[in-house]
Amino acid sequence: MELTFEQQRLRTAFREFADAHIVPHANSWDRVERMPAEVVRQLASMGYLGAVLPADRGGAGFNMVEFGLLNEELGRGCSSIRSLLTVHSMAALAIWRWGTEAQKAQWLEKLGQGQAIAAFALTEPEAGSDAREIRTEAVVSGDDFLLSGHKKWITFAQMADLFLVFARSQRGPCAFLLERDTPGLAISPVHGMLGTRASMMAELHLEQCRVPKRNLVGAPGFGLSHIASSALDCGRYSVAWGCVGIAQACLETCLQYTGQRKQFGTLLRDHQLVQRMIARMVVGVKAARLLCYHAGQLKDAGDPTSMIETSIAKYYACRTAAEIARDAVQIHGANGCSSEYPVERFYRDAKIMEIIEGSNEIQEITIAQSVCQEVADRLHLVKVES
Amino acid sequence: MEQAKEKLRAFLARHIAGRTIADEDQIFAAGFVNSMFAMQLVLFLEKNFKIAIGNEDLELKNFQSINAMAELIERKTAHSEIGSNS
Repeated sequence: MELTFEQQRLRTAFREFADAHIVPHANSWDRVERMPAEVVRQLASMGYLGAVLPADRGGAGFNMVEFGLLNEELGRGCSSIRSLLTVHSMAALAIWRWGTEAQKAQWLEKLGQGQAIAAFALTEPEAGSDAREIRTEAVVSGDDFLLSGHKKWITFAQMADLFLVFARSQRGPCAFLLERDTPGLAISPVHGMLGTRASMMAELHLEQCRVPKRNLVGAPGFGLSHIASSALDCGRYSVAWGCVGIAQACLETCLQYTGQRKQFGTLLRDHQLVQRMIARMVVGVKAARLLCYHAGQLKDAGDPTSMIETSIAKYYACRTAAEIARDAVQIHGANGCSSEYPVERFYRDAKIMEIIEGSNEIQEITIAQSVCQEVADRLHLVKVES
Repeated sequence: MEQAKEKLRAFLARHIAGRTIADEDQIFAAGFVNSMFAMQLVLFLEKNFKIAIGNEDLELKNFQSINAMAELIERKTAHSEIGSNS
């Protein structure tokens, strides 16, 4: 993977930021299940919250490979803060891609500068993998919509000022911008999750929330097929790189640990069965990173295959992160099961990655169907030509 | 316009394999496609015809058939040519 000079410079800056402001604190954020406002301000001051937005909209103007590198480094430090980058970027990108000029003028600079935090509110108690089952309703009332429903597992909803919220309407699925202080919106924190514990998760209860029609993003009927789909593609890409970060963190922690700890009079790194696990980690991290990089290059080229390549990268990277984190705990033994070491956090966080932004099983179906269609098309052509 | 339709037919054949799609067939109404397809189609149109699809283009009638998309491309291309001359 050959990075440009600018990409190398950015990667170094991202790494230094993570080492200075994230790595030393991530275990404690995880323990208290909170993300301090101070680190969000630091992220904003670096321009990272505007990573996906162009410079003329108040963003950092990173390309997608550079955005990926940022996700890896933040993910190496803390998956919860990487989750903030994910959901904030998903909403910002949706507004930039599909918003009206007035919506862009109102929100993009604020989001890009971190003066407002955005979250993505799609999932509901009865609508997880099958987003078509959302029951939140949008009913026209004069010049407004009235939104009623229940959103669950919404990352950073405890902190967000703005929600990109999805609802069904008479004219099909819709996406809306819903501000935190809208009357009828109640936000209740969710605690005790397995992983990404500092991701400030909450439920949203919408009771006749009045939202002006001008807050509709895109057009009625396009909420899932275009607005959610493009945002989720960004989310998958962000999570995929974040998984590379988790895997890299596991590898680095294990290299340090196995170079210090002795058993049977020998450093762990000199035990062949440990070497096998290390070798698998090295290869897994490199392969996952290459798939992510490939998807990023396709995204920068605007290539339609970037979406399926992102699914492939996400699927491989999150499975790899989960396997590597499991081995990292194994190498650390009892220490690895203790919160004194970060690997148990990596292990818990990696499991979450196999579920969010399209579970492993949803990715398997998507990838298999895509390749089957391609093969069927080729066979069809051969048949026609013969 | 015929050239655009050729490209669209080829793209659709890759995503709706095993079915023959006529230029006037309603792609979305027939349920031929998966959840990722709509955005893949947007990216395809943007990359291959050098147009930008935005908020104002989100109408089903623009994407519902090969004929409809060819008209959208023609309209958007004409706009961008006017823009580039001004």
